[in-house]
This record gives sequence, C-alpha cells and structure tokens, in this order.
Amino acid sequence: MNPQLAIILVLVVPLVGAVLIAVTGRLHDNLRETVTLITATLLAVIVWSIVPLILEGERPEVSLLQVMPGIEIGFRVEPLGMLFATLASSLWVINSIYSIGYMRGNNEKNQTRFYICFALAIAATMGLAFSGNLFTLFLFYELLTLSTYPLVAHKGDADTVKSARVYLGVLLSTSIALLLPAIIWTYHAAGHGDFVLGGILKGLMDPASVGLLLALFVFGVGKAAIMPVHRWLPAAMVAPTPVSALLHAVAVVKAGVFTITKVIVYIFGADYLFSLPQSGWLVYLAAFTIITASLVALRQTNLKRLLAYSTIAQLSYVIMAAAILKPMAEIGAAVHMVAHAFGKITLFFAAGAIYVAAKKTDIAQLRGIGRRMPWTMAAFSIGALSMIGMPPTAGFVSKWYILGGALQAGHYVAIFTIIASTVLNAAYFLPIVYMAWFEKENVSSDNNTSVIKEHGEAPFLMVLALTITAALTIGFFFFNGTVIELEKQIVPRLDL
Amino acid sequence: MDFAQHLPVLQVIIPLLAAPLIVLLQPRGFAWAATTATAFFSFAVSIAIAARILAGDILHYEMGGWFAPIGIELRVDAFSAIVLLIISGAAAISLVAARTSINQQIEHHRQPLFYAAWLLAIAGLVGMVVTADAFNIFVFMEISSLAGYILIAGGPDRRALPAVFKYLIIGTIGATFYLIGVGMIYMMTGTLNLDDMAQRVVGIEDQRPILVAAAFVFIGLALKAALFPLHVWLPNAYTHAPHMVTVFLAACGTKVAVYVLLRFQFTIFQSFAEHLLQFALFLMPLALLGITVASLVAMFEGHLKRMLAFSSVAQIGYILLGASLMSDSGFTASTLHMFNHALAKGALFLAVAKFATQYADLRIDSLEGAARSMPLTSFAFVIAGLSLIGVPGTAGFISKWQLIMAIMETGNMGFIMVGIVVISSLIAVAYIWRVVETLYAIPTDNIPASATNVNVKSEKMDLLLVALMFTVAMNIYFGLVPALPFTLAELSSQILLQVKF
Repeated sequence: MNPQLAIILVLVVPLVGAVLIAVTGRLHDNLRETVTLITATLLAVIVWSIVPLILEGERPEVSLLQVMPGIEIGFRVEPLGMLFATLASSLWVINSIYSIGYMRGNNEKNQTRFYICFALAIAATMGLAFSGNLFTLFLFYELLTLSTYPLVAHKGDADTVKSARVYLGVLLSTSIALLLPAIIWTYHAAGHGDFVLGGILKGLMDPASVGLLLALFVFGVGKAAIMPVHRWLPAAMVAPTPVSALLHAVAVVKAGVFTITKVIVYIFGADYLFSLPQSGWLVYLAAFTIITASLVALRQTNLKRLLAYSTIAQLSYVIMAAAILKPMAEIGAAVHMVAHAFGKITLFFAAGAIYVAAKKTDIAQLRGIGRRMPWTMAAFSIGALSMIGMPPTAGFVSKWYILGGALQAGHYVAIFTIIASTVLNAAYFLPIVYMAWFEKENVSSDNNTSVIKEHGEAPFLMVLALTITAALTIGFFFFNGTVIELEKQIVPRLDL
Repeated sequence: MDFAQHLPVLQVIIPLLAAPLIVLLQPRGFAWAATTATAFFSFAVSIAIAARILAGDILHYEMGGWFAPIGIELRVDAFSAIVLLIISGAAAISLVAARTSINQQIEHHRQPLFYAAWLLAIAGLVGMVVTADAFNIFVFMEISSLAGYILIAGGPDRRALPAVFKYLIIGTIGATFYLIGVGMIYMMTGTLNLDDMAQRVVGIEDQRPILVAAAFVFIGLALKAALFPLHVWLPNAYTHAPHMVTVFLAACGTKVAVYVLLRFQFTIFQSFAEHLLQFALFLMPLALLGITVASLVAMFEGHLKRMLAFSSVAQIGYILLGASLMSDSGFTASTLHMFNHALAKGALFLAVAKFATQYADLRIDSLEGAARSMPLTSFAFVIAGLSLIGVPGTAGFISKWQLIMAIMETGNMGFIMVGIVVISSLIAVAYIWRVVETLYAIPTDNIPASATNVNVKSEKMDLLLVALMFTVAMNIYFGLVPALPFTLAELSSQILLQVKF
C-alpha cells in the first residue's frame, strides 16, 4: 500500500469505526461489537503494513492542512511513533476482546458511548504517534484527553465525576498552562516545530532558557505522570477496567512519555541536551518519582490503585532513560514503553477479571484466589515478574538497556534507582503472588456482601485476552530483535 | 465606478429602509422574515466586500457624489471588512435562531417594533464601520445605541430596565465624550474626514486641545467597548436582555467600539510624539487586569448568562492586550480574536437561549442533568466552551496561539503576560467545566413530580438548534482552516500599522 494512503487510513479507520459503532449501537449489541473488532483488526493490519518501510529507513510524510503560515497539521512516521502506534493498535484488538467480556459480564450501562469514545481515543493516539510537528502533536494530545474524559466518568455517580474532574483538571491545565507556552516558545525560537532527528533548537536559545523550556515540556505533559503532576492517574482508576488497561497502561500514559521522549530526541536533540548542565535535573526528578511512587504503592490496599502507582513509577523509568541522554538509554526508553505495556495490560486485565468474577478489589481479599482462577493469576504473576524485571519476561529486556545506558553515562544515581526500585517492585508484587497461590482462602472474615464467594474464572473472552498478553510478555523476552532494530534508528551514531 | 463600489452604502441603506417598512406593515411572521432576509442580504454583501478586499481592493463611496473631504466618504478596507463580517454574520445567525425564542419572550403585537429596532441596531453598527467620517461615526453610534437600549429593555425581564438605564447613562457619557473629542479635533483641523484629519493633525499634535481630544475619544470609546474598569454596564445588560439580543450584542456589540478605538488611535493619533507608547502603556495593564479580574468573577458567578457576560469582559481584555503590544502579530491576534470570540461566545449564548426554551431559571445549579433532555444543546455548549477556553482544533485556539506568539516577541517582559493569559485560560476551564459537569450530572436529590419528563429527550429540532449547530461547526471549521479571518486580520494589522506620510 502507498504509505501516504496508509497514514491517512490509520487516522480515518477508527473515526469511521466510531461512526459505525454509533449507528449499529442502536440496532444490535452483537453487530456493534463486530464493528469494533473489525475496526480494531483493520487498524492493526494497516499499522503493521507500514512497519517494513520504516525498518528500511523510509519516513513517509503527509501534510494535511496549512492552518497558519508555518503551522500545519502534518504527519511523519518515524521509529518511535511507529513503535507506539503498532503497540497501541495491536493491543486495541486484544483489549476489544476483553472489553466485550468485561462490559457484558458487568452489565455496564451506555456501552455504545463507551465503544465510541474508545475508538475516538484510539484515533487521537494514532494521530499523536504519527504527528510530524509539535502543533499536530498538541492537537491530538488534547483530543486524547477530551475523548477519554467520558470513559473515566463512565459510571456517572458523584465520586466518579469528582475523580474525572481531577483527571481532566490536571491534564488540561498542565497542557494549557505549560505545554502550550513551551510549544509556542519552540515555534518562536526555531520558526517551526517539525520533528528533526538531532533537534531543532541547537544554538538558538541560551542554556538557561533551554533548561526552563525542558521543564515546561516535562511538567506540561501531565500524561507522563511525573511527580507532582501524577495525581490524575490514581484518580482515573474509577474508570472501567478496560479503560484503565488500555488507556492508563498503554495509550494515555504512553502518549505522555512518548511525547517527552520525542521532544528530547527530535526537538532538543539528545546530544545537545547532554552538553548542557541545565538538563541534568530531569534524571533526579524521574528517580525521585520512581522511588516515591514505589513507596506509595507499597502502602496501597486497593489492587487498581497499587497498579496505578506502579504505573507512575514505570513511566518515570522511561523518562529517566530518555533523560540519561545516551544512545543505549534512548533505545531502553522506547523498549520499556513496549515492555511495560505488555506487563501492565496483563496486570490490569487480571484485576478486571477478578472484579468481574468475584467483585473483589482489595489485595487482602485475594488470598487463595489462584486456585479458583488459575489462568488469571498465572497471567498476573507473569505481569508482576515483568514489572520487577526478571527473566524471562519483557521487563528484563528494557531494564538491561536502561542499565546499559546508565553505565555508559556513568550515572550512579540512575543505577542506584534502578536497583532500589527493583527491590521495591518485588516487595509489593511478590506478596500478592504468594498470597494468591499459597495462602488459604479466608471466607469468614470477609463481610462484604457484594463479594461473590463461589466463583470460577472470568468470562472466556477476558481470560483469552489476558492469556494473550501474558504470552506476549514472555514472548517479547525472546523476540525483540525487530523493536531494537527499529529504535536503533532514533540514535544517530550508535556505540553500543 | 463599478457596482462593487456601491456595496458599502447598501449595507447601511437596506436595513435603514427596511425598519420603517416593518413598522408600517405590521404582520408578525412578515416582520421576522423581512428582518432575517435583510440580515442575510447584509451578510451576503459583507462576503462580497470581503472577497473584493482579499483581491486587493479598498472600497470607496462618496455620499451624494460629494468627494471627500467635503462630502461624507464611506471607506472599507480589510479591518472594516472583517468587522462587517462579524456584525452581519452575528445578525443573520441570531435572527434565524430568533423566532422561537422571541415568540416566547416578546408579546406578538410588539414584535414588529422590536424587529425594526433590531434592524436599526444593525444599520448603526454597520454604519460605524463603513464610514470614514468622524461625526458620521457618532451619528451611527447613537442610532445603534438607542436601538440597543430598546432591544435590551424589550424582553419580559423587568430587571432589564435598571440595567438598561445604567447602560443608557454610561453609553451616553461615552458617546458625549467621543463627540467632545471629535469637536475639539474639528476645531483644530477643520475637517471630519478621518484621513484628512490624520494629515492635518501633523504639526499641531502637541497642542493642548488635540491632546485633550485624544483623551476624550479614548475614554468615550473605552466606555462603549466595556474596557475594564469601565465595563460595569455590560454584565447586567447582557444578563437581562432577551436571549437572542444577548447573542447578537455579545458577538458584535463591543467589538465595533474597539474597532473605532483602534482606528482613531492608529490613523489620527499615530503621529503624536510617543502617543502610541503612552497608549500602549495605559492600555496594557488595564487589559491584563480586566482579563484576570473578570475571569475570576466569572468563576464565582452562579447565573449562567452573567458568567458568560463577565467572560466577555475578560475576552475584550485579550483583544485589547493584543493591540497594546503594538506589533504586527499583536494586531493580527487582536483582530483574529474579535472574529473567533464572536464565534465562540455567539455559540455559547445560542446554547443558553436553547436551554431557556425549557428551563425558566438560568442559574447554573438549576440546569442539573439538562444533558439528558437536551443532549445536542449540551454537546454544542461543550464544544463552544472548548473554543472559548482555546483548545486546539477550535477557533479560540488559533487566536490564543497568535496572541501568545505575539507576546513572546516582546521579549522578557512577555513571561508575565503569557502567565496571565495562561492562568486566565485555566480559569476559563474552571468556569466552563463547572457548567458542563452540571449539565451532565445525574440528579441525585428527589426529582419533583412536575419534572417527570426530565430524563426524556425533549429538545425540539428547530431553527435555533440548527443555528447553534451551524455556529459550533464554524468554531471547528475556523479552528482548522482559519485562512479567511487570518488573512483579513493580517491585512488589517498592516493597515493599522502603516505610516502614511
């Protein structure tokens, strides 16, 4: 397929899907779900069809619209965006399978609105991944925030609306207050905002301003959940689990770290930033977020909130890796986006499966649940191991590269943080795994009436989805060559 | 002289002639139809004018064949053209939408008079923009103001009467100040034609009468434009006016005064030693204060229309902030924001009018759960609100981008201004989202028995809704393809900044 056409299709397919879902939603549920699945699959196929071109070094471009002189809506596919788009679109297929099981198993209301907003969010993610300049990126960034708001507020009761307000408030205000000025500043300084390998700002600003601009970008991208703009992520956990899984483990948060990585690599230029002492603080900030979020996660009693804090920590891994500014670490940042996505979506799928089957949400309720839900908990364990970074899981691969980059840079704080956080991850994940498999189910102490005592596995579609993602988590440990090849292209001179 | 040269005068003549016709021929349906047809004609003429301007023309028309500076000259350039588009567009859309709302709010036998006043308001506003004669501006200003008072007070809301009285007093002071200023300049230069004035004022610009005149003109027009802190007449007038009048006035009322203000500052007073610098230094803090204070007031305002009215005061601050930067991009931002704000605020007030067809009480709290019965209107409110906030993909974003870009060009001082613009955008998020949440809330407390149908979709597909949808679509369209207003705004800023001698 003509790559330009493919890019347009990638944007159009989910939008058309959303319209069709709206139309078929009135007719029949099965029809609507079929449309969702077909759209997701079609999108994934088209995205995959672009991959070989990017591997060969091509960078297809499409310019859609000249908004103002020098400012256009344009797309340009490069390795980082390719990886992100492939990841999000492929996981959307699996997530759709899971969603169908979850939404039906849980008898959720307004399912049509749910699927429409989901498709819109995916469209925004695709636009963000392929964006060719900062303006386009910002457009889709905000679109992603707005299209996910109804998903977070899905339940519609007072608590949910309050949490959704935090979600929207943090994401929208950081982006308008900090990211927008940062982008306009970039356009003002460089005259354009196109993503160019090696950066566009070199020599155009004084070093102190570069430091300030970097801060505006880092804190402006609230989706990356770096402390102290992380509050929205635990709040967003009120959303139905498929939303938490795909959007808050993959699309939305990855959009955040993707944006930061992309800005570092294509706007500032890693080499240029490395030469400036004003950029050094970012590693420390990320390290602080990793350690603090892990400590907070240790104290959580609610499973989804624990996963949320774990996500915050893992996102800062990507930021820290990108901020080390060494080739191997940049690759590590990209690989960690994939590795974390596989692991975390598995964990969320498992949490959702537990909720649908047993209505259990607290960690203490999980004693002995492994015997009732062996598939789910096996997948959960694999995800947990990947979070810790143990072989043979995906988490090990990315940690390897990040650690390598940290050693290249001789950055001892980064090295220490990685080691300490591995220990902390183990400290909050392993007890859950142990509890689920080896402790006895405690029936009498649980007075919560909503909990279902006698239950088996969750609906088949959910188990299928989480098994696939667990398999991917392990598979990525063995088959990651393509991703590494792809991401080698974002570092100009590679000395591994 | 080809036909196009007659376009500016048609803009004024047609509504002026149509108004008495409507009073004479009383039937109600005819009054609405004729007024709307006139507004559409006027809109079409504006588009034709804009097309000529974009092709590089400037339209002149000598009234009665008397050439300037003896006779009255009508003159339309890019800056006038974009304001004309705003006025006639706002008139056309609000009139299309008016029927339902006006039938509800105005007694049938008074409707022809009401529509006649509306036509006079259009004629007055358009006249202020097309004429190149300082005294003529005053005449049209009075026509539009008097008609405006009638429109605002014409609704069923008795609270509109004190509001309009306040507006009448302040508006009259403003117009009088303007007239005093023009009189003094006339005394010194002997001419009323703007271009002629600008040339003759050179050499005597340090004379005291001229300086005093500049002050009078500035204050007079600032009153009309509701520049903070001279805005006190605006919130009540907007709140208690009939809903459709609010739509029309919010979209174009104050902007015409801003237009005349900028015209005067930059064609007649521009040759004064350091006058423009003083102007900018005076205007900038007021604009910034207006943006902050009015946004904050809006955030704590409980009545939907008053909230949007205060937001308008803040938005006028944006427009004047852009102008006070005294740069090419600053003026572009300013003019662009006039256009985009008219779109956003027009759509918001249209949504309010639509809500008012089913909710008698427009306090924000009482609209709880309105999205269930009025899904389309609520959705339109959300999109228009996003445009007001300045979210990318909407018209409001374009002018905000341009404004911040212009501020950044000023260098280090800019950081504070960017900060203020950004913070007030965040406040806009707060006050818009408060409404959105209320609209989409699920009512928790026991619903009164009279409102059993509150969950049933009951919004009627009428012209009001169509007009609302169209305006919202325009917000998106001009957010993605802003070429037309952008080009006109750029041309305007070149016209304002060019030094002619």
